[in-house]
Amino acid sequence: MPFLVGLVSAFIFYLLLTTSSGNLFLWSKAELITGAIFALTVGAVTTKLAAEKGFRILTPMRWFLFFAYSVGPFFWAMAKANVDIVYRVITGRINPGIVKISPNLKTDIGLTLLANSITLTPGTLTVDVDEETNDLYIHWINVRKETLEKMPRDYRDICGTLPDWARRLAG
Amino acid sequence: MTLDITIYAFIAIGCFFNLMATIGLHRFPDFYTRLHAATKCSTFGSIFLVLAVIIHSLRAWVIEGLSSPQSVLSIHAFIALIALLVTNPTGAHAIARAGYRSGVKPVQAVIDDLEGKEYD
Repeated sequence: MPFLVGLVSAFIFYLLLTTSSGNLFLWSKAELITGAIFALTVGAVTTKLAAEKGFRILTPMRWFLFFAYSVGPFFWAMAKANVDIVYRVITGRINPGIVKISPNLKTDIGLTLLANSITLTPGTLTVDVDEETNDLYIHWINVRKETLEKMPRDYRDICGTLPDWARRLAG
Repeated sequence: MTLDITIYAFIAIGCFFNLMATIGLHRFPDFYTRLHAATKCSTFGSIFLVLAVIIHSLRAWVIEGLSSPQSVLSIHAFIALIALLVTNPTGAHAIARAGYRSGVKPVQAVIDDLEGKEYD
């Protein structure tokens, strides 16, 4: 099963990259054969990896949620982030600092998703990760005083609902 | 016509944010704040530039028929967009981590939770 998933996704990806190369619908015979060879190789190489890590992230429901996340809350947060950065570029008003948050994520892929989302959204940039406790160290461009008072920092002040989304998408 | 205006508007937005990223590199005081400007604005600006390319080539694809070579342009641009969204923050993260570990401290920082942490 992992072999088939790897093979089919690699083949589809190759076909996407080589559209309009010939007259067999959209592809030429040579490209189809090359694609099949590459897909077989990729499927064989990724079998072991996929069997270890699992394909939980690949279920259709998660894909749908992921799409909804990236065009909805993520894009909106990103637009806000950019207006905010432009404002700070023009006025030069900054109040930076590095804060630690504990998003309570269990999987590596969830943590990666969150770290990347945080980097692209308002005023925050992931600097380091504690691999044992899954805590993130974040450079925050406009530190609010209220957040600093309690020690397990409330991540809702810093990056909104992004950790909740990451937990929903990749546990 | 409307599509043309959309394309020009997207290019304008993209150029504006990329320009702001460049100005931010000049105006911000230290490494981390500069990284903020460089990552966020250049990613957001490039998204709009790529969207303009996608709209332009999709229109040409629809006009010229299914087997048009324009399909390559739109699909490749879309894949480039996904790659950009994944690699740009990852790269920034790697640069920030490397910077902190080689001793670059944030200027004007009011708090630094990472200070004094042991590295393995």
